Amino acid sequence: MNQTNQTTKPTAHGGGRKFRNDLIFVAAILVIIAIGAAALFLLREEGSTVQVEVNGTIIGTYPLSVDREVEIITGDSGEELNLLVIKDGKASVTTATCPDGICAAHKPISREGESIVCLPHKVVITVIGGNGEEPDVIA
Amino acid sequence: MKHPAKKLALLGLCTAIAMVLAWVEIQLPPLTTAVPGIKLGLPNIAIIFILYRFGWKEAAAVSFVRILAVSFIFNPATLPYSLAGGLLSLLGMALLKKTDLLSITGVSVAGGLLHNVGQILMAMLILSTAGLGYYLIILAVTGVVSGIFVGLCGSFAVKRVRFR
Repeated sequence: MNQTNQTTKPTAHGGGRKFRNDLIFVAAILVIIAIGAAALFLLREEGSTVQVEVNGTIIGTYPLSVDREVEIITGDSGEELNLLVIKDGKASVTTATCPDGICAAHKPISREGESIVCLPHKVVITVIGGNGEEPDVIA
Repeated sequence: MKHPAKKLALLGLCTAIAMVLAWVEIQLPPLTTAVPGIKLGLPNIAIIFILYRFGWKEAAAVSFVRILAVSFIFNPATLPYSLAGGLLSLLGMALLKKTDLLSITGVSVAGGLLHNVGQILMAMLILSTAGLGYYLIILAVTGVVSGIFVGLCGSFAVKRVRFR
């Protein structure tokens, strides 16, 4: 084992160079992430419509302007439920039977491109623009 | 390594350690429930250790077995996400290690980042939606941060752990 240790152990010289490279590398990644975040933030707009997808299939679109509750029933025998609530121009999931409950903990969404995802039930709730006629989705 | 049986035993030991680290991670309280998928990536400490002490093939084998075992024990639904993350992460780390430009910590940052990117890409694929950009941004940042932590632990292990 000792031979392999020698090859991987950084020398003092190489260590300093690599540390500098590390810093440049991490900084570059953070800059790219920041640019991506800025692009997402600048491009986002108040959406008008909520689109509900189950397992990649759009099962309904609902305007954000009308308060309503939608029961999203999934599962083979219809035992899985996510309750979508549209209120005051925002959409949220208030009740869910999924084990992790991440979708119910998600903050209400209203901006275009925002989404609430329930992975266990394969439910994706996305805010889209327009009137729901042209869903912005890669199928 | 001269003794194949010894190597096999050590890799098995590392697999067990990686699985325990995954279990420890599951026990930790989530930082926030608003964004799913934020994890430290503790098992990657073991993967980095193997990558530097043995090689990428051994690291790939241990990572694969670890992901399969942990997924089936705890939550099989996470398997495709873990596999995508693990594969992309290991690929990136192995290539970066080969360039010999970065330290172990730098390589680990790439691993943490790519693990999360791989998971999101798989989620986009499974859910047939591109609307996960926000998750991608958040998980990219947390991947870098946890990659630094895991990298420091990993380089400590690579330098200090001695086999008898």
